[in-house]
Parts: sequence; structure tokens; C-alpha cells
Amino acid sequence: MENQPIIEAVQLLKKYKDFNAVNNINFKINPGECCGFVGPNGAGKTTTVKMISCFSPVSSGKLYVMGMDVRYQERDIKKKLGIVHQENNLDLDLSLKQNLLIYASYFDIPKQSAIPRIKELLHFLNLEDKENERVENLSGGMKRKLTIARSLINNPELLILDEPTTGLDPGARHLVWERLIKLKKSGKTLLLTTHYLEEANRLCDRLFIMNQGKILEEGAPKELVNKYAGHEVLELEVPINQKDSVLMYIQRNIHGYIDMGNRLHIFPVEGRKLLASLQQLQQHDMYFTHQYLRPANLEDVFFKLTGKGLE
Amino acid sequence: MIPRISYRVFKVFHRNFIVFKKNWISNITFNFIEPLLYLWALGYGLGVFVEKIDGMPYLNWLAPGLTASSAMWASSFECTYDSYMRMSYQRIYHAIIATPVNLEEVILGEMIFGTFKSLLYGSVFMVVLFFLGLVSSPWALLVPLVLVLAGLAISEMAISWTGIVPNIDSFNFFFTLVITPMFLISGVFFPVNDLSIYIKAIAWLTPLYHSVEIIRALVLDMVKPQLFYHVLWLLSFIILFYKIPIMLMHRRLIDK
Repeated sequence: MENQPIIEAVQLLKKYKDFNAVNNINFKINPGECCGFVGPNGAGKTTTVKMISCFSPVSSGKLYVMGMDVRYQERDIKKKLGIVHQENNLDLDLSLKQNLLIYASYFDIPKQSAIPRIKELLHFLNLEDKENERVENLSGGMKRKLTIARSLINNPELLILDEPTTGLDPGARHLVWERLIKLKKSGKTLLLTTHYLEEANRLCDRLFIMNQGKILEEGAPKELVNKYAGHEVLELEVPINQKDSVLMYIQRNIHGYIDMGNRLHIFPVEGRKLLASLQQLQQHDMYFTHQYLRPANLEDVFFKLTGKGLE
Repeated sequence: MIPRISYRVFKVFHRNFIVFKKNWISNITFNFIEPLLYLWALGYGLGVFVEKIDGMPYLNWLAPGLTASSAMWASSFECTYDSYMRMSYQRIYHAIIATPVNLEEVILGEMIFGTFKSLLYGSVFMVVLFFLGLVSSPWALLVPLVLVLAGLAISEMAISWTGIVPNIDSFNFFFTLVITPMFLISGVFFPVNDLSIYIKAIAWLTPLYHSVEIIRALVLDMVKPQLFYHVLWLLSFIILFYKIPIMLMHRRLIDK
């Protein structure tokens, strides 16, 4: 049983009237992993998550969550699932404690066992002194944390977070990340969708890069960066009419580039050498307004996989 | 679809009830002041100029009808504006169906809560009528049962509308085109029997008409076997149409 995946999708498809929001994807998520679906809006991340959480029916293919078929065992799956939606759908008129108590009742958790659990969860998310506050009076970050606390009320085997930090200020975002990392360390299986690549990089052991309903690539963030973008990227702002000649000049020193309009993202064979040769170019009357050598990151992978002007 | 419905329906009811308890005083007061105003303006005011109906003063004849209509207003507001707020602004339905409670149970729970509001407001109004000396039969103790039937029927209609409206402003149509006409032609203010056959037919099609007939008979000590047909009508309406709001909500929230 140890090796049974928490989620297994085979040729999973979700069809809306005239298009496939999720188009024949296959993936597995193992216990204890933190996986992320990343991709632009409309890539199919949320639709996939909705099928996993038994909200949206599967159009075709197979989907097993904790070994159960989403088509037939909706209730049993949802008993062991924690879900954090994109929006904070809390009861604003009620206190934090009441919110959690009501939510516990949906899982048939009796009041006596819910109350210590609620104390524990509020403590875990640093909300213990707000227990009797009306939710309406909380800040955006605190509401988010309460939503996370709520999703943990049934001690779920799998926690699903749909865009967990969208709309939060940077401070609140870091607080949420820190708590999620703690959860991950405690051995909980996490699945999140995000379009913040920094978030994906920090939290996820493994990523699925999605675009237009397909999974384009999967792997650990570092592996993906190494595979697609190497170690470094040189950002270079070049006047459009000189772009071709610059590229001609440096072509032997690069693996490839992405054309971002008036800016090139160049993958150098060796960053410093490339910079040196560009310096020579500058002596020939060519001037670059922006030139920045930086470590490669997921964004580069993303552009390379989904991107425009890719060569 | 029937096996998908379980005791969890009452968890949804319970959630609404807890929120309701937060401000129940203002909730109740405002809702029974309105039928009282009608009773005062029409019963005591206009009633002076109206001849007796069914052998009794207009005030006495009007009062039980207003019990039924206050029940109608209560559940129709609850299952339109309030349900819509929970569904679209607070996204409470989404939060609940992420748990072992499913959408069918949420919708049924909402209807039962709408029914509870009908029962509550109708009963409070009955108590007021009792103290005003407008209740003339112990049969009136059965009125709450009729309020439950009326509440269920109206809740089904209201939440079906909630299942199809594009936005919150569209409830105006429901009230202007459905609820208000029903309020006026269902025999609350004047006997339906004197109207043209067409209006009579329309009145017969509304759950309010049947509720008014039963409640009036119970309160005014006019109980007769034919009342059973009205009960049967209401029960059939409830059973025939209970799946419609569930289907519409399913389409709105899940299949879209």
C-alpha cells in the first residue's frame, strides 16, 4: 500500500461544450510529495483540481484519488480531502471558532473532538488570539490562513490548494508559504496550482507545467531549469534593427534564445565569455540599454516550453 | 438521485440557522410588521367600507390569508436574495460541497431553511392574530403544518429562479411577475370565486391559493372534507417539482 499513488490520472479529459479544458493528461502523485500545477490562466490547472476534488465530473479517462474512483466514491474521497479554494469562502458573520465548528460538522466530527482540534489549528496558523473575532474583521492574509486551517479540520491525507497566495501582499504570502512548508515537512501530501513561479519553486518537489489543457513537462524545479535553461540567462535589450546582427555575432556562444520583443533572453554556453564578447561589440558602436546576467529560473523554462519566438 | 440525499441536509440547515440566530430579533420584527400593516390598513381601514364575506367581518376574513402570504414572502426572499448571496458572493455552496456534503443536500437544506422561515413568520403572525381575537377555532393549531407545505412549495419556486438568474437584479422579475401577482390573486384580499374563470384558473395553479384556502378554513372554523384536495394539491406540487431546483443548480454550478 505504501507505493500506491495518492492521485493517479490516466488519459484524463474534461470537455466543455466546444473545447477540451483538460486534454488527455496522465500523472501520478505519491504520498508525502508536494506537487504543483503551473501554467497560465486557462491552462487547465483549476479544472484538473476540480476533478480531483470531485467537484467537476470527469468527461473521460480514469482518475483515482487515494485509490478510489472519483466517479463512484465521491463522499469517501471528500472525507479525506482538504481543499483551499481560490477565494476565501468563509462565513463572514461568524467567529473563527464558529466557522471551524460548522465546517467540522460537515465531516461528522463531534463537537468534543472538534474543539481541541480547532485550538490546535488556530495555534498552528497563529490565529489563536482571534478565536472569537468576526471573520469579517480579519485581514486578507488572516482570512487565507483561516481557510487553510479550515481545510485541515478533518486531518486530510491530501491537501489541495488552488492559487493559495493569489491576491495576498508579499508579507502575507511569505507567512502562508512558511506554514505550507511546515505542513509539507510533517509529511502531508500537498497539491497546489499557481502561476507564481517563485511559489512553485519554493514549495514543490515536483511540477507539472500545463498549457492549453496539456501537461508539457514534469520534474523537479531544479531539473527542469537545468534541462531547459541551463545555469545562466543573459537578458539583453537590443534595438530591433540590430537584433539579427547581434545574434549572428554571438551564435557560437549560445545554446538558444527567446525573443521577447525588444529584449532577448539568451542562454549562454558560458556567461562570462559571452559578456566579454558583447563588450567587444559595444566598441563597434553598438549600445545595449539593458544587460543582465542572472541564474536561470523556472520562468525561463516556462517561456521556453510555452513561449513565443522560441528557437 | 434519491440515494445521494442523506441526513447531511440538516447540517446545511443548521449552518443557516446559526447565522440566522446572530440577528434573529431584527429578522423577526421586520417580517411580521409588514403583514400587520396590511391588516391594519385593509382590515381596520378599508374593512369599514366592505360588506361581510362568508358571513363575517372583512377583518376576520382577511387575517388568515395574510398568514399564508407572510409565509410566502418569507421563503421567497430567503430562497432568492439570501440564497443568491450565499451562492455567488460568499461562495458558501462551494465551501460546503468540498466536504462530504453534496450539492443536492445543499439545495435541499436551503429549501428546508426557507420553509423554516415560512413556518416561523407565519406562526408569529398567528400568535398576533390570536391576541387580537381573530382566531375562532382550535383547528388553527394545525396551521403550522400548512405553513410547512406552503413554505416548501414556494421555496422550490424561488430557488429554481435562483438557479437560472444571471445576476441579483433579475430577482425583480420574479417578484414583479410571479410573487406579487400571486399575492394579489390567490384569495388573500378577496374571494377568488367571484373572478372570471381565467383568473380563477391561474389562481388555482398557485400554491398560495391552496394555502390560503386551508388556513382560512382552519382559523375560521370552516373545516370541510374538500380541504383535503388542497392538501393533496400542495403535496403533489412539492413532490413533482422538488428535483427542478436541484437540476438547475447542478447545471449552474457544476456542468456549466
